[in-house]
Amino acid sequence: MNANGSIAANSSKGTNGTSVSIQNLSLNFGAISVLQTLNLDVAEGEFIVLLGPSGCGKSTLLNCIAGLLDVSEGRIFIKGKNVTWEEPKDRGIGMVFQSYALYPQMTVEKNLSFGLRVAGLAKDEIAKRIARAAEILQIEPLLHRKPAALSGGQRQRVAIGRALVRDVDVFLFDEPLSNLDAKLRAELRVEIKLLHRKLENTMIYVTHDQIEAMTLADRIAVMKGGVIQQLDAPQTIYNRPVNRFVAGFLGSPAMNFLDGRLEQADGDWHFVVEDVRIPLATYAFEKNPVPGPAVFGIRPEHVAFNSGTGWPFAATANVEVVEPMGSDTLVWLKLAGQNFTVRVTAERTPNNAEAVGIGFDPMRASLFDAATGNRL
Amino acid sequence: MSDQAVSSPAIAGAGGLEAYGPSGPKPRHTFSRRNIFLYGTLIVVALYYLLPLYVMVVTSLKGMPEIRLGNIFSPPMEITFEPWVKAWSSACTGLNCDGLSRGFWNSVRITIPSVILSIALASVNGYALANWRFKGADTFFIILIVGAFIPYQVMIYPIVIILREVGLYGSLSGLVIVHSIFGMPILTLLFRNYFTSMPEELFRAARVDGAGFWGIYFRIMLPMSLPIFVVAIILQVTGIWNDFLFGVVYTRPDTYPMTVQLNNIVNSVQGVKEYNVNMAATILTGLVPLIVYFLSGKLFVRGIAAGAVKG
Repeated sequence: MNANGSIAANSSKGTNGTSVSIQNLSLNFGAISVLQTLNLDVAEGEFIVLLGPSGCGKSTLLNCIAGLLDVSEGRIFIKGKNVTWEEPKDRGIGMVFQSYALYPQMTVEKNLSFGLRVAGLAKDEIAKRIARAAEILQIEPLLHRKPAALSGGQRQRVAIGRALVRDVDVFLFDEPLSNLDAKLRAELRVEIKLLHRKLENTMIYVTHDQIEAMTLADRIAVMKGGVIQQLDAPQTIYNRPVNRFVAGFLGSPAMNFLDGRLEQADGDWHFVVEDVRIPLATYAFEKNPVPGPAVFGIRPEHVAFNSGTGWPFAATANVEVVEPMGSDTLVWLKLAGQNFTVRVTAERTPNNAEAVGIGFDPMRASLFDAATGNRL
Repeated sequence: MSDQAVSSPAIAGAGGLEAYGPSGPKPRHTFSRRNIFLYGTLIVVALYYLLPLYVMVVTSLKGMPEIRLGNIFSPPMEITFEPWVKAWSSACTGLNCDGLSRGFWNSVRITIPSVILSIALASVNGYALANWRFKGADTFFIILIVGAFIPYQVMIYPIVIILREVGLYGSLSGLVIVHSIFGMPILTLLFRNYFTSMPEELFRAARVDGAGFWGIYFRIMLPMSLPIFVVAIILQVTGIWNDFLFGVVYTRPDTYPMTVQLNNIVNSVQGVKEYNVNMAATILTGLVPLIVYFLSGKLFVRGIAAGAVKG
């Protein structure tokens, strides 16, 4: 909730440079609260990714922006205009769905032109816009096919085209790549990024895939339980997560967490778990630390492996499991009786039960309050 | 020499391995016990159901003297179409002696508008219930479904009074309205379930594209729901064509549907019972639903599977 407060502070009533502004938005389905007084400002031309586990309200938020769901409280501005009560078609948005949602009985061309025909645009204008969209997305040869005769990637291209021809300010993507196989997903991800660079539209993109979020976003909004946990640039979210949830949700393999205590000795703070003492001299505290239970988190790739001394913290441990992943290897150890993983280059794969040395700089770590999970 | 000596035992060994155990498709025996039992049962059951039809067709092609011989299973010695002609154009019901043809055309005039009206209403109904979740939609739907379980008998008399007050009692349009109302619960259920099974994102995409209630219905939903329309048409055509109760209650002798007229021909007490004419008249009456089933069998099954079972 504290993250919310800081976002609310710099929200304004759809002034210049703000493309989409969501103010105090709440949505309840009966007694269930899906979104709670949510605030979000999206700048002109910005690529925002709403990231979170299923059921966190990210798709619901997108549907509210699109006007497909009525909000319970709050307001939505698009381009400085209050669209809270507007129909989807009057909001200046285009939407791309996970299941593509192409009209099966229409050819690709008719699919693209449906919205324009409904709006009663002139024939030559429709043709012009379709030609442009087809060229951008390279779907000209497919125009006279029906969706059933297209591959998954082609279908999603057509679905993007349908948003494109509407000539809108804001693009909404609802998990557009989730139905594709891994290879196609990677390809289309790059295409969407190129498309954004070319069009410079505002894009709001919902996904549960952290790779998509990290690669595409200008800013990521990590959501949980209908609340935005953190809204920041991908690198900031990755390196300085505001709470334990964000830290654990982003990153694969996941961040290591050690449960222990914060202690002060001779003016220096230490993180203590059993006989392991991690010095925190290099750690940048968010606020003044107090002694007590805490969680220490560090990403597997920030741990050095068999690289000698010179680290603020170093220890030896026995290898339990080795997971080779091709490009690198994940080594599972036990540190102070708790699971601990280290990411190692493939060439340096150790043997099972081998005693290895690890070291890291707590500068790269994250400390969380044991009770609230907030960053310390 | 030595090469061959080395390689040939290896081949023989491989061949020897293949000789053991099953390989390739499992052989199937046409006259296995299982098949004989299965097909035997199917044939017996089919004969059991086809026999009455056979008797009817055969009898309708015989003259009365031949029928009096009493061999109902024997094929006609002399085929005559006289009974069919009589059943169609000159059999007597009460004072009218113009055969089933009058009832046929009455039934056509009842069935076609009833089918169109009930399906048009029910499909829009089902579409609204499935996609436009208005306030109280669920309650409305439950009330509608409960309506399907109220016995017809309870409503016959109230409807007679309503039709009389409105001035439609005894007219064909009155019966059309009654049929449309009584088709509503089951058809709405059918359409609602079908539209619910369609991806919701399609509906949302159409809304983002700016289509409204009728735009989405006519341009997106209708073209995608041919199977369920076929099912509804079959259900309604056969149901309304075969209806006897409403026909006899809500119409007058000159507007009787075919079923009621058939009953009057078959059950007339004066004179000789003309079995051949009765059989011909019955087959003629049943012909329309029969043709509908034959023409649409596959689509019917597909539509039922798509719409009716789920939900």
